Amino acid sequence: MDWLQIFNNTLASILSPSTLAYALAALGLAIHFGFGGLINMGVAAFMAIGAYGYAISILTFGFPWWGGALVGLVGAAVFALILGIPTLRLRGDYLAIATIAAAEVVRLLFMTTTFADVTGSAGGLGGYHASFRASNPFPEGTYGFGPWTYNETDLWVRVMGLMTLAFATLLVFMLTRSPWGRVMKGIREDEDAIRSLGKNVFSYKMQSLVLGGVIMAAGGIVYALPSAVNPGVYVTSLTFFVWTALLLGGAATVFGPLLGSLVFWVIQTFLTNFLSGLTESGILDMSSSQAGTLRFVLVGVALMLLVVFMPQGFLGDKKELTFVR
Amino acid sequence: MPTPALLRRTRFGAIVAFAAFLAALFAALVLPTAAHAEEGDPFKISGIVTFEDEPLEGVDLTIDGPGGEQDVTTDAEGRWTVQVPERGVEYTITLHEDTLPDGVVVVDDTGEDETPNEVVREMGQGGRLTLNFFLGEGERITVTFVDQLFQRLFQGLNFGLMLALASVGLSLVFGTTGISNFAHAEMVTFGAVAALLLVGPASLALPVWVGIPLAVILSAALGYALDATIWRPLRRRGVGTVQLMILSIGLSLAIRYLFQFFIGGDVHQLPPMLPGGSIPLFGAVTASATDLVSMAISIVVIIAFATWLTRSRIGKATRAISDNPALAATSGIDVNRVVRIVWIVSAGLAGLSGVLYTYYRPGLTWDMGVQFLLLMFAAVTLGGLGTAYGALVGSLIIGILTETISLWVPADLRFAGALLILIFILLVRPQGILGRRERIG
Amino acid sequence: MSADITPPVSRPKSTGLHIGEPAAGVKKVDPIIVASGVKRTFGGLTAVDVEHLEIPRGAITALIGPNGAGKTTLFNLLTGFDKPDAGSWSYDGKDLANVPAHKVARMGLIRTFQLTKALGRLSVMDNMKLGQTGQTGERFWHSLIPALWRKQDREIEQRADELLVKFKLDKKRDDLAAGMSGGQKKLLEMARALMTSPTLVMLDEPMAGVNPALTQSLLDHILDLKDEGMTVLFVEHDMHMVRHIADWVVVMAEGRVVAEGAPDQVMRDPAVIDAYLGAHQELDLGVVTGRVAIIDADPTTDAEASASVDAAVIEAEASAELDAEKENDK
Repeated sequence: MDWLQIFNNTLASILSPSTLAYALAALGLAIHFGFGGLINMGVAAFMAIGAYGYAISILTFGFPWWGGALVGLVGAAVFALILGIPTLRLRGDYLAIATIAAAEVVRLLFMTTTFADVTGSAGGLGGYHASFRASNPFPEGTYGFGPWTYNETDLWVRVMGLMTLAFATLLVFMLTRSPWGRVMKGIREDEDAIRSLGKNVFSYKMQSLVLGGVIMAAGGIVYALPSAVNPGVYVTSLTFFVWTALLLGGAATVFGPLLGSLVFWVIQTFLTNFLSGLTESGILDMSSSQAGTLRFVLVGVALMLLVVFMPQGFLGDKKELTFVR
Repeated sequence: MPTPALLRRTRFGAIVAFAAFLAALFAALVLPTAAHAEEGDPFKISGIVTFEDEPLEGVDLTIDGPGGEQDVTTDAEGRWTVQVPERGVEYTITLHEDTLPDGVVVVDDTGEDETPNEVVREMGQGGRLTLNFFLGEGERITVTFVDQLFQRLFQGLNFGLMLALASVGLSLVFGTTGISNFAHAEMVTFGAVAALLLVGPASLALPVWVGIPLAVILSAALGYALDATIWRPLRRRGVGTVQLMILSIGLSLAIRYLFQFFIGGDVHQLPPMLPGGSIPLFGAVTASATDLVSMAISIVVIIAFATWLTRSRIGKATRAISDNPALAATSGIDVNRVVRIVWIVSAGLAGLSGVLYTYYRPGLTWDMGVQFLLLMFAAVTLGGLGTAYGALVGSLIIGILTETISLWVPADLRFAGALLILIFILLVRPQGILGRRERIG
Repeated sequence: MSADITPPVSRPKSTGLHIGEPAAGVKKVDPIIVASGVKRTFGGLTAVDVEHLEIPRGAITALIGPNGAGKTTLFNLLTGFDKPDAGSWSYDGKDLANVPAHKVARMGLIRTFQLTKALGRLSVMDNMKLGQTGQTGERFWHSLIPALWRKQDREIEQRADELLVKFKLDKKRDDLAAGMSGGQKKLLEMARALMTSPTLVMLDEPMAGVNPALTQSLLDHILDLKDEGMTVLFVEHDMHMVRHIADWVVVMAEGRVVAEGAPDQVMRDPAVIDAYLGAHQELDLGVVTGRVAIIDADPTTDAEASASVDAAVIEAEASAELDAEKENDK
């Protein structure tokens, strides 16, 4: 059991693009659910639209990387509008079903061989990094220390991810302390009361859906930034993992999603390495891929326990009663 | 200020955005493919079409591969030729038999090739590929559109029936407890996995007619176990339905990955119920013995279930609770007992559905529940959440729809059709066909 | 009970609101709401079937009737929270058909709810601030730049503070609304409604669940609304309250308007008595039985009549009615 490597990898995951991507996705979901009370089970679709929008713009249309990112974000906003119009009037679990169905339709559209020329179908998309790497301000070299040692490309990816996350967090922070945030809190508690005071509830819910969706798409872009766009990633399991991260940290808080994603990924990485070490050294009599599936079982169990015993998460207020109804 | 016109603008904006999105998609599809195979391409595929040593003119062929599709017609000497951009790759050459003279077809000497008019060849590094088709006299078996339609309808009915077995359980659980149970999909998979362990040649290898009922019983037992350990204690605790829905999501994750842990990522097959072979039914519609048995089982079970629901005391109590839980409880119905029975029955039905689904796909995978779940939700929502008959009607519609839609839409998109219907129904009539308006809040 | 309430400083009632004989659906001199043919059915049940109804401007109108008469449903229909099957209604001359609830509110028609909707997890001050209309900070892009809305927010806070003092809720200003008593929540809802600067305030059972000590305060506040030029329409069951403050009474039963008029008249209407009120509303039974002295009689009742009536006669009336009912049941 190579403990040194296990801990090294675990610590490195704190700053991995996956963690940053999850943090963004969870932040977007916090706006949907934590502040708006919208049960969005289509997180994976928003992330996919961000990632595919980014990659397709670069590969098929020859956009520069920031243009691709813009397309991904705008695509998510459009998707939110299209999704919201029929579904925002629906009660909780109806919205969940509608969003999960919409997400599956999006995934199928990206997977189908009909559009394979553009989307790469089951193979996904890769090789779109040239433009991003070309704008790297960091000269060639090694940066950082210990488990956080990166070459200039990895550093650039992480810096970009962190800047995006910081910007999004600041945005959300400011919103929650504004009168707009006050209206959203009221809507979450009792829509009819807010309506009777003259506020257009539908419009506010739509704004929250679009904003959260755009932030989720940013997460998808960060996820795809260093590697590839693989349709096998944007499945309902991804949505459920992001939900777990959000509930873990605290759904109705600004920093909860960040903390939850961090804890989620650190534990995931630790378990992967730990279980792998156990199987390699023969302590566990199974293949390492089998051991890998065990950690997802644990995620499922964790979600179950969380939602019943600690729905407010680490940073949430127990009195807040995360689930209104 | 939040304008009164925002809603109108939003709708208009969404329509414009959607149109723009479609336009972009269209452009993306058209532009790249048009850019490819050109005159200047260096490599060549060619051939001659003759029949009884006479060249045939005007025969159409299509060559597909890197560079896109190209159509070509034979000239007066029966020759055809196309330029292609790459060598060392595979090309598919299809001869359109309907452009051959009457009574002439492409003949397959080996007796194994079902579509001898379609050939896949690799072009070697030489950059030249020649292909000739063997023609002979024969009848062309054409499957008319109507035949295909009926075949699909039949398949769709089969699928719809097995979907119904699982969906009615989901609907009843929702009706009596208010929970949208995302883990229901895993109950379906569980039935198949249990059957695999009992009947599979690698494990217990029980005869199929023993193993399948046992698998159903095991599924029902699992339903009982879950109710006793999870659902009932939490109902007593007063946990809200939204929380329970998310809990069911966690449960589905845990069970699903447990399946992956035990059976891996492969596709597993169940041994056939009856010896294979196609049985022609009517017209050009054929079915296998397994299909027929599966439909028979589904129909019998559904009728038995419907009778139970309508006639028996428990069945009536179930409907009473779905209608008005408080009233049902005060009129002396033991709600807990009825709910437990509902969980048991719905789990058993789901397990049976899983076995039939495995024969239909064919094959069982650890994650086959996921897509099935969405179809179940589509069926239940379409028919009306909370009503068993609604689930039945919805399942039949969804089943037939997914099968027949593949006549017009690429096969890997056929589930998308069902899902779009789901979203459409939620927009237009959220209570479904048989549901009642007040339910959706 | 009502006999213990000190009569409020008397404020004159508005009269002469109607044109012609007071009857169900009578036209008003200056109506602020005019509704015609409004119908709403649920399944097979007709909840509301109002042929014609006009609400007078600047007066306090009470809407009374037995449970299930359709009063709350009518409220929902008028304010856009529900859609009728048929009918037309207008507010201040503007047609309200198909106008969504929030737009109706912006026009100046504010309603409260039977089950108080004080937003429990927000503070009292936040509740009040939500009432203010036309806030720049509530618009998405503007909310991101505090400089754009800080000043307005402070002004709103000042206004809210003044109102809270008036409603005696100022000490609770930073507490979560959930921590208040039922009566205080009702006061908060009313105060919040006033933040919108409404023209017409529709109160759905404002006294329900409020302890008697606070009832007087609520009554005064409602009378204040009229003094400030607003129109009030409220649903109530307590007849003494209605007598105290209502200028006009509309009686509903089984979805229809069965009577209209000034409070005293309506309570003498035999149809209304049979349907809802019960006989001898105008008497103070305490005086009739001699338990209470005439000078201590409920000011909304007819003290003289109560004194001159013979208790035995009333008792005989009651038993005769009971026997008649038993006969009918056989």
